[in-house]
Amino acid sequence: MAFKQGLEQKLEQIQNKKMAQKQTISIKVAGAAGQGVESGGQGISKALRRGGLHLFGVSDYMSLIKGGHNFFQITLSNEAVYAHTEKFHLFISFDPQNVEDTLSHIRELHEGAGFIVDADTALKPEITATLQEVGANLFAMPLSKLAADLGGSKIMMNTVALGGVAGLMKLPFEKLEGVIRENFGKKSNEIAEKNIAVAKAGYEYAIQNYASQFKFSLPYNLQMGDKMLINGNEAIAMGSYTAGCRFISAYPMTPGTSVFEWFTKRNAQLGVVTKHTEDEIAALCMAIGAAQAGARSMTTTSGGGFCLMVEALGLAGMTEVPVVVVNAMRGGPSTGLPTRTEQADLLFAINASHGEFPKIVLTPGTIEQCYDAGVRAHNLAEKYQVPVIILTDQLLAGQVRDTDLSAFYTPEIDRGKFISKEQLDKLEGEYLRFAFTEDGVSPRALQGHPKTVHAPATDEHDETGHITETADNRIKMMNKRMHKLEVARSEMKGPEFYGPENADLTMIVWGSTYGAAREAVDLFNRDEKNKEKINLLHFYEVWPFPTKAAEEALKKTKFTISVEQNYTSQFARLLKVETSHDVKVKINKYDGRPLAPEEICVHVQNVLKQAQLATA
Amino acid sequence: MVITQEKTQVTVKDFKTDQKSTWCPGCGDFGILSAVQTALINAGIAPWQVMLVGGIGCGSKLPDYIRANGYMTLHGRASSIASGFHLANTDLVTIAISGDGDGFGIGIGHLVHNMRRNMDIVHIIENNEVYGLTKGQYSPTSKRGFKTSTSPEGAIEFAINPLSLAVSAGATFVGRSYSGDPKHAAEIIKLAIEHKGYALVEILQTCPTYNKGQNNDWYKAQTYKIKEENPNYDETNMLHAFELALKDDGRYPMGVLYHNTERPSYTEQVPALQQNKTALINHSLELKADLFEQLKKSYV
Repeated sequence: MAFKQGLEQKLEQIQNKKMAQKQTISIKVAGAAGQGVESGGQGISKALRRGGLHLFGVSDYMSLIKGGHNFFQITLSNEAVYAHTEKFHLFISFDPQNVEDTLSHIRELHEGAGFIVDADTALKPEITATLQEVGANLFAMPLSKLAADLGGSKIMMNTVALGGVAGLMKLPFEKLEGVIRENFGKKSNEIAEKNIAVAKAGYEYAIQNYASQFKFSLPYNLQMGDKMLINGNEAIAMGSYTAGCRFISAYPMTPGTSVFEWFTKRNAQLGVVTKHTEDEIAALCMAIGAAQAGARSMTTTSGGGFCLMVEALGLAGMTEVPVVVVNAMRGGPSTGLPTRTEQADLLFAINASHGEFPKIVLTPGTIEQCYDAGVRAHNLAEKYQVPVIILTDQLLAGQVRDTDLSAFYTPEIDRGKFISKEQLDKLEGEYLRFAFTEDGVSPRALQGHPKTVHAPATDEHDETGHITETADNRIKMMNKRMHKLEVARSEMKGPEFYGPENADLTMIVWGSTYGAAREAVDLFNRDEKNKEKINLLHFYEVWPFPTKAAEEALKKTKFTISVEQNYTSQFARLLKVETSHDVKVKINKYDGRPLAPEEICVHVQNVLKQAQLATA
Repeated sequence: MVITQEKTQVTVKDFKTDQKSTWCPGCGDFGILSAVQTALINAGIAPWQVMLVGGIGCGSKLPDYIRANGYMTLHGRASSIASGFHLANTDLVTIAISGDGDGFGIGIGHLVHNMRRNMDIVHIIENNEVYGLTKGQYSPTSKRGFKTSTSPEGAIEFAINPLSLAVSAGATFVGRSYSGDPKHAAEIIKLAIEHKGYALVEILQTCPTYNKGQNNDWYKAQTYKIKEENPNYDETNMLHAFELALKDDGRYPMGVLYHNTERPSYTEQVPALQQNKTALINHSLELKADLFEQLKKSYV
């Protein structure tokens, strides 16, 4: 009997392990702008991550400073997690008076989920009714009362709520305590201690009163060790810095600004010149000026600002100046959806500026790739003496995911055909800035040495840089510049698969869509009801297009669909032009909200159903 | 500018180039080119110690016609590109060169901001009160009533007053000269080079093709030297500068209108440049392992 029981237990463990390969708990914190949703969300994220969980966090905010409605979504898991989910297990609201938004969040709750709200707030009947409808629990905690009694101010009510979250998640309290001490300790010890006290009260209150009702839990991996919670923009900035970027000029534009602020905050410490300019035209022009002088330089913006930069982008192309431009895409055109996400600048970026010149476009999809793109952009820019665009978007710019410290590697700085001062001292003959070479890249020496006096012209120029309009020279110079694109092409990283080989359906994705698509692959393939298997093919360095690698990868696919956050399937169109490959179905989302894995699975199921109908 | 390099003995020969100019015969740009050259020689600055950043327009082609470091860029953007270059390499004397369209038309946004920043560059704006390279349209400095292809009934707008604009925008050196007096222009440019902070040098210029009325004889009659007319003129007094700049008698004062040596330059206030007393391009690109570790740990 005992033996049988033991066997059954073991079988159950194995079964559980199989079934629960990946478990997630999703939390949403919502409130008006100015209520500390973002900072609170980040604080609890850090604490839960340190407890030993994988985490994905992303915020949703409106284009205003106070008021409105913002929320922060956290997905926790025992395994790596790359996207938010559509449904939630725990919802904390600081503005339940906002009935419409609150109801829409409640409808996303799982059965048995919890809704944390201040007990002092009278809830509208439709809220309690909807809670009952979805089968979620109301956790009306005395948030403001505990904050006032123990902390002396109602302002700390969000700290009480975070304590409650930690309690329900059974997180050892010292993890939250540590984060609070770090966050508030800089201001004053007294404030830190008060916040810890109110958090502790919320923590205990939640355990005593709600622990039995909240049935979700995750195993903490105590061996997880240190991981960074860093967002895409910060990763791009850090990659750029470690690759030697020493000059950044920019004009603030959401969601590109935080790349700039990463540098401005540390300008003295890192020895980087940071310049807030009068507009985006000046931003790129100053960066080009600094790059012409010899500093590794960059700028950052979003679509509207990038529009203003494109003439200067052509200047960098024509005069072969290495410079890096980050375009964090948001909903366009014009002012569009300023704080929301979209992938609609791809073809614009590739074709930006009039005339033809080589440029490189990187489209990272993960935090690690953002760091890598920061590094590679500066190396590729200098190696090929071209402008490099890092095309990211609001979703990637602001998302955090637990990231290994080792993923942020110490880069090699490749300055390409850079002639040092010492080499110049020994140089014989005239220095030709635009000398014709086999690979189209001319040795680059900086101005400021007696042997390198030259003056590149934005007009068509000869090898010295002087203006000339002769047809013969024009052909040679065009060939020289455009040839660099062909040489660089061989260096572009090809697409990567995620998911099982020989899948029945392959999603073609690029940039930030990777995260939701990756989760969709796992979710879809885990469901035994789904007979077919799916995988994805992710492109993250798209110009010059890695045609050969793409064609090789496409041979391994059976049925492809594109999944993009734009209206006109820009990547699918690019793929068609560069490889003649036609995706069978195009999935598009252009409401400014990031794709969720569940949403992708529904699309995939529909596509497969229709494909079966078509073949039947 | 704060000149960090040692003075070099140079002559006209050092700046000589074979490049043929495309300027019209009799163009005022020849005089300006000669003035720039003389100023550099007198200031002891060799071709490799200077950076001439041109915008777009007839005069902005100047860097192509002199043997010196240069960069011919975009219409209106010379002062931005020059500022970026200067911040990265403070060892070279950086001079932006624009025409009236480049400087006061399309590029005026950058112009006023670089003035208020007191960016440590020289900006030479050649003012012939007309667009030459696009074949004769009125410019932001054209006199009201000036008839051109785009103002056939005469320009309706009032002209920009470059000097009062510069003083009010915060330029700490405001000078004016004239293409027909290269010796004087060279003196003003040299003073501008030696000034710490943003220096505007407006050089009035003849355009024998599209602004025939304002020829050398006309300018000789309409211009006067500030110090000759008023030996006691105090160029450090902002109100005097305004008074002179706004004097509406149809005549052009020449010389140094305003000179403020009190205000710090932008460059000397940039932390990354101050803690490390060498030009940014000479800073090491090496990544300090402990700093990198510290940056990463701050996100744990």
